[in-house]
Amino acid sequence: MMEAAQPLAEVLQQIKGYIYPNEVELHWGLLVVVYPYITGLVAGAFILASLERVFNVREVQPTYRLSLLTALAFLIIAPLPLLAHLGHPERSFEIFFTPNVHSAMAMFGFVYAWYLMVVLLLEIWFDYRKDAIVWAKDERGWKKWAHRLFTLGANDLSERSLRFDRRAGRFLTLIGIPSAFLLHGYVGFIFGSVKANPWWSSVLIPIVFLFSAIVSGIAMVLVLYMLTCLVRGKEIDMPCADKLASFLLYALIVDFSLEMLDFIHRLYQAEESIRILSQMISSRLFLSLVVLQLLLGTLIPMIGLMVISPAFRTHGRAVLKVPPELRRLIYFAAALLIQMGIFSTRWNVVVGGQLFSKSLRGLTVYKMELLGLEGFFMSALLLIMPFVVLYLLVTVLPPWPDKEVHPESIVVAAAE
Amino acid sequence: MRDSEMRLEPSEPTGRRAFLSKALPAFVPLVALLQSGRSEQSQKEAAKQGETRSYRASQHDYAMGVDPSRCIGCGQCAEACKTENDVPEEPFYFRTWIERYSVHSDRETVVSSPNGGIGGFPAVTERGVLRTFFVPKLCNQCANPPCVQVCPVGATFKTQDGVVLVDSSYCIGCRYCIQACPYGARFMHPVTHTAEKCTFCYHRIVKGHVPACVEVCPTQARIFGDLKERASPLMRFRRQNAVQVLKADLNTEPKVYYANLDGEVR
Repeated sequence: MMEAAQPLAEVLQQIKGYIYPNEVELHWGLLVVVYPYITGLVAGAFILASLERVFNVREVQPTYRLSLLTALAFLIIAPLPLLAHLGHPERSFEIFFTPNVHSAMAMFGFVYAWYLMVVLLLEIWFDYRKDAIVWAKDERGWKKWAHRLFTLGANDLSERSLRFDRRAGRFLTLIGIPSAFLLHGYVGFIFGSVKANPWWSSVLIPIVFLFSAIVSGIAMVLVLYMLTCLVRGKEIDMPCADKLASFLLYALIVDFSLEMLDFIHRLYQAEESIRILSQMISSRLFLSLVVLQLLLGTLIPMIGLMVISPAFRTHGRAVLKVPPELRRLIYFAAALLIQMGIFSTRWNVVVGGQLFSKSLRGLTVYKMELLGLEGFFMSALLLIMPFVVLYLLVTVLPPWPDKEVHPESIVVAAAE
Repeated sequence: MRDSEMRLEPSEPTGRRAFLSKALPAFVPLVALLQSGRSEQSQKEAAKQGETRSYRASQHDYAMGVDPSRCIGCGQCAEACKTENDVPEEPFYFRTWIERYSVHSDRETVVSSPNGGIGGFPAVTERGVLRTFFVPKLCNQCANPPCVQVCPVGATFKTQDGVVLVDSSYCIGCRYCIQACPYGARFMHPVTHTAEKCTFCYHRIVKGHVPACVEVCPTQARIFGDLKERASPLMRFRRQNAVQVLKADLNTEPKVYYANLDGEVR
């Protein structure tokens, strides 16, 4: 008991004003920041994949499979921060077996299971089935077996079955878009529906979460695409990078507008909580909200992309004509800044919502621990793990366009 | 004649009807056994929901009245609560606590609650204080509790007699209920890692005693009672005072009623 008491005694020294005595302990820490950040990346990456599949944006085709695998890698890790955060992780299965249907959090298990099982795994299976069959033919060792296992014995390469794969994939993407919206909009709802907390309680939160998710997902795939091209020694497909940057900019503008709307709405309504929230923003959240989220994470990348990406081209050219090499660098930097900005957004929602007292009379602090389940290193590990999973997925199911098996080649081979 | 004889003296019965007529009596004790098992089961269910021979939960609806003008800030209630309910001693865990409000002449109000008020409050020495008063706080045992709504596994629940409890053998420790409580009345127990809160001393009230905090209060600033009992101190309290609840705009329908509460109290 004394271990917990020591850091709390330190918090006691830094409280400004009055907080309820039970509020000295901050309940949702870094792990709960990591959770919506990771889930957002899943939803965002999937929506990027759907651009090619459903909306026929041909330019982003080179990132289609990479987006799907990115979504899966992050989805596999998504429940871990929640699990590590529970006081009794061994009882977590009760959420599935005896859920309280009135609880927003209880539904997470079902939304998650739906998204993993019905949407992502199935879509990846339909998309890779033909490739796995063809790859397995010329392979040896564990890879051959991995690909054989992947096909689940469905080895039909007839034109009819290939057509079915395509149709099923398209249908799943169609279901996947509302599911991705559901997954992350729902994470926003977990916070937005808490009426006790004026910083969270907003009908806009789910939709702000959703658009910030799309922003983070596109930015993540853009970074991964550029890095993988670099590692594989391949040329970056500039029309693809330009298109990704354009969509990133559109999503960023919508996200920024929604956040500003939320901000202005609060300021104009000026409810009882406005005084303590203003104090919080100008003191304890200044660095993470104003500097990291707003300035470095949103405005600077937004202006950068506006100027150099061909998103708003007039007469066929961007505002500023920049050689591809420099453009790539700016895209890369913008995407990294955006990642940091979105992580700050999650931090500001989760931790920010607990830095002021529900008595609206005081501010507290968050003392991050380094070690332990709730500590910095655990969160860092959980943020690295999706990339390890992605590496494994990419090894088994290469998403590169030059490795892809085209249906035409199969049909021709069969005819010969 | 042979036919009638046959009709009058039927041979040994065979077939389905015969089997049933023979077998049914054999089932009687079995059915009785099952029945007794079922009544035992329903008794258990009833006990679980607070329905025993001596105590019927559905006949009660517990609530508390608090009169801040009577509270002297001695902190005995908070201390008795910790002792009665094994609440950790550290100053970050409280089922009930006392706040002191100091209204200054420049319209600022300063609130404090050192160690939840246990051991009393230091004397007011600052200048420009118009008046001070104490407000005991605890779980409001809301009729419309947001903590119960958000619990993902239903470990926190409202009893038939109107008390919000936590089943610590079931709580997964997600802390969502702590976030959902507008009154800061919940905390995470540092040893059991489950959510904790005031239970109105449920183990006492079902036996007809009052909660520990009410028992020890030297000025009767806390009045415990039953909303379904027409002639009770709580009813008199509600009749004689203008009562208010905390954060009424959140529609949680608290059942801790404050007499003549100052507008500064949140």
